[in-house]
Amino acid sequence: MADPYKTLGLAADASAADIQRAYRKLAKKHHPDVNPGDATAEARFKEITGANAILSDPEKRAQFDRGEIDGEGQAQAPRPSYRDQADGPAGARYGRRGSASGGWDDDQFTDLFGSMFGAGRSGFGASTRGRDHRYSLQTSFLDAVNGATLRLDLPGDQVLDVRVPVGCESGQVLRLRGRGEIPTGGGERGDALIEIGVSPHPFFVRDGQTLRLSLPVSVSEAVLGARIQAPTPSGWVWLRIPPHSDSGSELRLRGRGVPTHGGLAAGDLLVTLRVMIGAPDAALDDFMTHWTPDTPRDPRHALEASL
Amino acid sequence: MITLYMLIERTPGLDQQDLEHWIDNDWVRPDQQAGQYLFREIDVARVRLIQDLRDDLEVNDAALPVVLSLLDEVYELRRRFRAFGRATCDLVPSTVQNDIADRVRQATSLIRSL
Repeated sequence: MADPYKTLGLAADASAADIQRAYRKLAKKHHPDVNPGDATAEARFKEITGANAILSDPEKRAQFDRGEIDGEGQAQAPRPSYRDQADGPAGARYGRRGSASGGWDDDQFTDLFGSMFGAGRSGFGASTRGRDHRYSLQTSFLDAVNGATLRLDLPGDQVLDVRVPVGCESGQVLRLRGRGEIPTGGGERGDALIEIGVSPHPFFVRDGQTLRLSLPVSVSEAVLGARIQAPTPSGWVWLRIPPHSDSGSELRLRGRGVPTHGGLAAGDLLVTLRVMIGAPDAALDDFMTHWTPDTPRDPRHALEASL
Repeated sequence: MITLYMLIERTPGLDQQDLEHWIDNDWVRPDQQAGQYLFREIDVARVRLIQDLRDDLEVNDAALPVVLSLLDEVYELRRRFRAFGRATCDLVPSTVQNDIADRVRQATSLIRSL
């Protein structure tokens, strides 16, 4: 039958080291467990291991050389095939790390096959629709709150006018239909997908539909009350500070938060007062030195009570 | 299911320290029961595979985890693909199956020609 020397590509006088080297070289190429699904590799690997079993054993090699056994030699004990195991249900034991017991859930299933059946998108076979192009666009805080139309510069001197909707949030992706790739050979154009990034604002903070603002007031405004102007996303408005407002007290400006959009009612603007004592002032120092409050009270009494 | 000692006895060239090292690294994942390891058929085959990789294919210790995780990925994909194929055969009318097969053939020949 097959000549083991020929199988391993060796001359009849090959040394033991030659044999090992030749065997390893071929085994690397044809090992069935690293070539799953390749039937020729498997058949070839059987020949190689068979030849090696004879030639690597000096006694068997001598028997073969004397013509006492043929190239098949002794049938190899059947080796446990990892592939047979791994291809079957037992293989789940060595499934992808991190997936629970090697199984998969719906998400992973869609991950795996989604690209093949992705609604005619850039998958196998579906070649009539152009690909989607992805862009990112950074907007200011107020443009995102109020909505705006921004111009996006594209490669090749093209521009795209992007309508940022009212109340747009960071990470939101806008789809512009038909502004993606033009498929070669005709067909429907892909879309442009624009991911919006929103820059933070120096004094407004957004929380859903609600906006928060920390508003500095003077000592006298806090003590005596005042009518002052406060910024909102839609411009300045008059705001009444009640007398005796503490630092940290909150005023609610109804409907002055994120404007109504997508079925959501307009949010409120929550204004937190921050009392500023201002630059050093001798008169104020003097007043404080001689001032005795009508009802002396430790402002930290609540802290003490909770200890 | 066999114990660690039975496995070592049955497997020529298998060193206990090596085997424990492989288990510690999660390359071999036997069951554990009453403080001892129990190896299923796939674990035994896995041990032989690692031996082959190391001794015959000369994959060194540094490359071994890379090779194993790629193999795990390949087999995972094969299992999924097979399950998918079976589900398709069960659920999809044969005319559609033929269409799918045609498309896949076209797509793969297209990929090859690239």
